[in-house]
Amino acid sequence: MSDGDAMGERFREFQRQLAERGDPAGPAAGQPASRTERGVREPGSRDWAPQTQRARPGDRGRRNREAINVPPAEFSSYYGRPILKPPVWKHDIAAYLFTGGLAAGSSLIAAGADLTGRPTLRRAARITSLGAVVASTYFLINDLGKPARFHHMLRVAKPTSPMSIGTWILSAFGPAAGVAAVAELGPLLPERGVLGLARRVSSPAGRIAGLAAAATAPALATYTGVLLADTAVPSWHDAYPDLPFLFAGSALVGASGAALIAAPPTETGPVHRLAVAGAAMELVAERRIEHGMGLSSEPYQQGLGGRLTRLSRALLLGGVAGALVGRRSRLLSMLSGAALVGSSLATRFGVFHAGVDSAKDPKYTVVPQRERLERKGSAPGA
Amino acid sequence: MVSAESLFGPIDPAPDAGYVDAPPRMGFFTDTSVCIGCKACEVACKEWNLVPDHGLDLLGMSYDNTGALTANSWRHVAFIEQPRPLGAESPALAGTATGPSGSAHLAERASTPPGVPNTDPGLPPAPHPGPAAAMAASPEFLGMPGTDLPGRQERAGQRTDLRWLMMSDVCKHCTHAACLDVCPTGSLFRTEFGTVVVQEDICNGCGYCISACPYGVIDQRKGDGRAWKCTLCYDRLRDNRVPACAQACPTESIQYGPLDELRERAQRRVERLHADGVPEARLYGHDENDGVGGDGAFFLLLDEPEVYGLPPDPIVTTRDLPDMWRRAGLAALAMAGAAVAAFVGRRSA
Repeated sequence: MSDGDAMGERFREFQRQLAERGDPAGPAAGQPASRTERGVREPGSRDWAPQTQRARPGDRGRRNREAINVPPAEFSSYYGRPILKPPVWKHDIAAYLFTGGLAAGSSLIAAGADLTGRPTLRRAARITSLGAVVASTYFLINDLGKPARFHHMLRVAKPTSPMSIGTWILSAFGPAAGVAAVAELGPLLPERGVLGLARRVSSPAGRIAGLAAAATAPALATYTGVLLADTAVPSWHDAYPDLPFLFAGSALVGASGAALIAAPPTETGPVHRLAVAGAAMELVAERRIEHGMGLSSEPYQQGLGGRLTRLSRALLLGGVAGALVGRRSRLLSMLSGAALVGSSLATRFGVFHAGVDSAKDPKYTVVPQRERLERKGSAPGA
Repeated sequence: MVSAESLFGPIDPAPDAGYVDAPPRMGFFTDTSVCIGCKACEVACKEWNLVPDHGLDLLGMSYDNTGALTANSWRHVAFIEQPRPLGAESPALAGTATGPSGSAHLAERASTPPGVPNTDPGLPPAPHPGPAAAMAASPEFLGMPGTDLPGRQERAGQRTDLRWLMMSDVCKHCTHAACLDVCPTGSLFRTEFGTVVVQEDICNGCGYCISACPYGVIDQRKGDGRAWKCTLCYDRLRDNRVPACAQACPTESIQYGPLDELRERAQRRVERLHADGVPEARLYGHDENDGVGGDGAFFLLLDEPEVYGLPPDPIVTTRDLPDMWRRAGLAALAMAGAAVAAFVGRRSA
């Protein structure tokens, strides 16, 4: 019944769109179309994209609706439909990429601050880490088709499934980050009695838990690169050598940004150095992804993926420069920190969208595979 | 048992998955040269497996209103119409009424909205309407009865001979199945027959398999949230029965049997077709040295795979997994190193 309703609705929408288009095939437009070697041209309308077109890097494919006379891409497709199923992951996963990296980077900063006697920085980083890891867990579970079955992830440990490995990494990291953050409450407890004991234990417990979290943090920040790369999505898979570095760099950038917002300039010296290191890592990896993968690089230059990638780079450069220049100013540090957090967020959403776009267009699936076959010099099964 | 070829290369998947004394690997050989596009396979599959309906729509893709393999369509018959002189035969359209049955603007419209409402991503829209429009606009198009009024179409009198390609697509049951490899719950598993099946009581709808499949087969059912695909009728196989689609196929386009036998039979069929003057006949997914270690369900095609919506040279993504973990390990070390260096560097400031 609902399907019938949906269909009626869809048909009405279809008719409405036809009417809006001015219906070039209406009774008045009876003039025959000419069939050319480049495809079929509609009278008084525009060139149809030929069925076979040659792909050209820099082809602004998304604008085809306005300019149907697109640069040709020489590949066939089944009615132009995608071959792959685009990822069903929602923005939860892009957000998780960010929060997971933020949690990991913050744990590293917290451990460093703890060991080098920077209490404000330690407290801020531990709390950021806990908040980010709680958000990560929420995003991951919320993205499931059956959230109530999230614990089915814990049935197995599979090295061939980055998601399974990631579940176990998060299971190790989360409680450690939690204990470290909760230990910050120790000084608020009374000095006597059972709670007094807890107060005395809190500092060493926080240190041990914080170090445990920091030990798992690099795995948490980098496995997500494998998580995306271990798919058939062209622009994710082809980026597999660089995605972990991009995400590691972006995690350091995001966590440094959060630390700059929350901690005073007297304690953020190492954070500046960490932001510079993270930015360098991210920029190198991003450059390789954006320009080194042939056609699979295109979604990182165009569309939403391209815009987010450029935004992330602008915020990153601005944030790092601001942090270094304004290292004595609390306000400038906070602004730069916000830019760095924003850059990390934009990086993750940019990568997410570039991948999704590459799965939605059969060009990114067919053209590279066809070229690979031609390099091998044999057609399949011939 | 686990071997050097467990991720890539020719293996027998059931013993590799740990089965002792596994029965021979079973599969499908779909010979598209005898497919008549009756869709009995689609119907039989739905009936036997109690697959929900997939919604109703006219897609402007010839007689294909299923669109793609989805969570609610485990067999999908593709229809492709191509201009082709029919050699010595009498012209197929001599004496028939002229005027195309489809029109470009309808095909363009139909190709852009998502077609299947109750699965996700189901039938994603074409990113550009051009190819669908071009297919409908060429004069050989002999698709659905026209949805335009007679006389409203642009190119009356321009029909030509055509050939009609039909192909019943299905899950490939890969030797190296990316969906199975990446499944984090163990819901997807390898059966003793070498096929790949989702356990519906385990799947939690994480969607990883959907991104991992190089063929775009597995899909999520809306409302239900879980991933669904062809089981190669695992329940029937265990009863020594033929899968529903193969049982229903009236032309034996879908052949079921031990994979070794099917591969031999397919080879003979290709040679026969080549001898009969069909040089474009080729096998797809039969080669155990290809990117997925060979498909458990393979095909005889009459054109390039991408014409049917198949990837021309799929490679299982997990082939590169050891490399990916290595790179992630390096990145993790670099990250830890950066943190240590940042804090150890100068104690002041």
